Amino acid sequence: MEEKESILQLKGFTAGYTGRTLIDPVDLDFPSSRLTALIGRNGTGKSTLLRAIAGLNEKYSGEILISGKEISAQTSEEKSRLLAFVNTERPRIADMTCRDVVGIGRAPYTDWIGRLTENDDKIVGLALDQVGMSGYADRRLATLSDGECQRVMIARALAQDTPVVLLDEPTSFLDMPSRYELVALLRNLARESGKTILFSTHELDIALQRSDRIVLLADCRLRMLDPVVDPEAAAAEIEDAFGMSL
Amino acid sequence: MIKTRLIFACMVLMTLLLFSIDLTVGGVSISLGNVWRSLTWGYCPPQERTIILDIRLIKGIVAVLSGAALTVSGLQMQTLFRNPLAGPYVLGISSGASLGVALFILAGPLLRLPSTFMSLGVAGAAWIGSAAILIVIAIVGRRIKDIMVVLILGMMFSSGVSAIVQILQFLSKDEALKNFVIWTMGSLGDVTWSRMWILLPSVIVGLLLAIVTIKPLNLLLFGEEYASTMGLNVKRARGLLFASTTLLAGTVTAFCGPIGFIGLALPHVVRMIFRNADHRILIPGCILFGAMTMIVCDILSKLFLLPINAITALIGIPVVILVVVRNSRV
Repeated sequence: MEEKESILQLKGFTAGYTGRTLIDPVDLDFPSSRLTALIGRNGTGKSTLLRAIAGLNEKYSGEILISGKEISAQTSEEKSRLLAFVNTERPRIADMTCRDVVGIGRAPYTDWIGRLTENDDKIVGLALDQVGMSGYADRRLATLSDGECQRVMIARALAQDTPVVLLDEPTSFLDMPSRYELVALLRNLARESGKTILFSTHELDIALQRSDRIVLLADCRLRMLDPVVDPEAAAAEIEDAFGMSL
Repeated sequence: MIKTRLIFACMVLMTLLLFSIDLTVGGVSISLGNVWRSLTWGYCPPQERTIILDIRLIKGIVAVLSGAALTVSGLQMQTLFRNPLAGPYVLGISSGASLGVALFILAGPLLRLPSTFMSLGVAGAAWIGSAAILIVIAIVGRRIKDIMVVLILGMMFSSGVSAIVQILQFLSKDEALKNFVIWTMGSLGDVTWSRMWILLPSVIVGLLLAIVTIKPLNLLLFGEEYASTMGLNVKRARGLLFASTTLLAGTVTAFCGPIGFIGLALPHVVRMIFRNADHRILIPGCILFGAMTMIVCDILSKLFLLPINAITALIGIPVVILVVVRNSRV
């Protein structure tokens, strides 16, 4: 990579169920300070890959390294300082304000009962600001739209202050303009904060137009495409994999 | 924050006030002054002092402990299973305790245990019964994503347990049967000072575990995936929560019978009172409000001479209906 050394790396990574390989052995370096989109048809193993990196699924072989540390060798607490995860769920917790939700993201650093220090409060405020939800700090989660709720969950991931952020289909419940906005937001966050951000998506257009890199998962192969340097080649690969023209 | 503190202060005062009133109410009505004098070893008629110290005080303490324990246990289960209708009773934990106690009381005479072991045995049987059901639910819950299925299984466990208990009742002798039937009606009055030394430490350890799991519960509000990626050792937290709930709900059920609706309904009331989802507030809130409500139930049961289970159901059911209706509107 011309930027910096990769924080998130796969080495000889392979995953699958007994008798069926989902992902053939692969070495892959994810660029830091960049937004990477993970695409592939249903059932190809996008979710398996994301969950493996997040430490939620240990049915893989090979190595997943974050800042040079093998993820499966870390305790949950150590992992939570290396990566943050946003899944497809929208937790609708009644009676919880956005500020409290983002504050929960400080859990890896707080004491046994979860008290926030002044510094934690500052980080929470900053995280809400970064996703453009400062004005919603005292609103209750249950009163937000899906898009707003998603932003708060992303702010929570930012407050976790990790080099890697993973998002599982973050655009799935949003309308078209919100999808573009959200991905643009993620790209800015990656650039500004130097994080490695990886998200899975079914929006091929968004992946091509708005992300820095694309990881394509097709026929058990994991390939890195660069839509910024060579959009035509990337589009051709995707068309080929999905068997349709964009 | 100031509002929260004010509510807590009110709750403490109300609990103390209701506790004092509870001591005056009963077959013989005793004035507040004499209640105070017998507690502080001032002058009062000796028979009144005996009633206060040996009967009413212990019953009041049992009300406080059982109310706090069942409410906290219900809160833990609701957060862990992320279901507003979860609770010790609904998930069959209390039924598990019932089965343990039924086996012990009804099959106990056959084992010929010395009576000194009986008090420990009832609690032990209830613990084992509720722990067994909880472990089964936990294993099933991990395999099945849909929590409604887990709830239905919990209800099925309860029905299955009732069937087994009925068979035991059918086969057992009159005296053992009567003991068990009285146990199922629920009673705060069966605890003697010697049994208190089992109930009190169990509930205290259960509540301490509940306090230790405050941060895990706050993380679990978001589901196990989020909790795990935010640094929670989910298996360990689940183990602690199950241990806590078993100590709380299992022990109370052992000594007071299966008291319904407290664990299911009161956590919702506490959430409504504080309008907060933070367990740093909800756990102490549940302890105080649970204790308070149980004292009220005890007063009512003494005034109208009704079994405690009937009172808790009549108070709890409207709350549950309210919660269900409110949730369906959102």
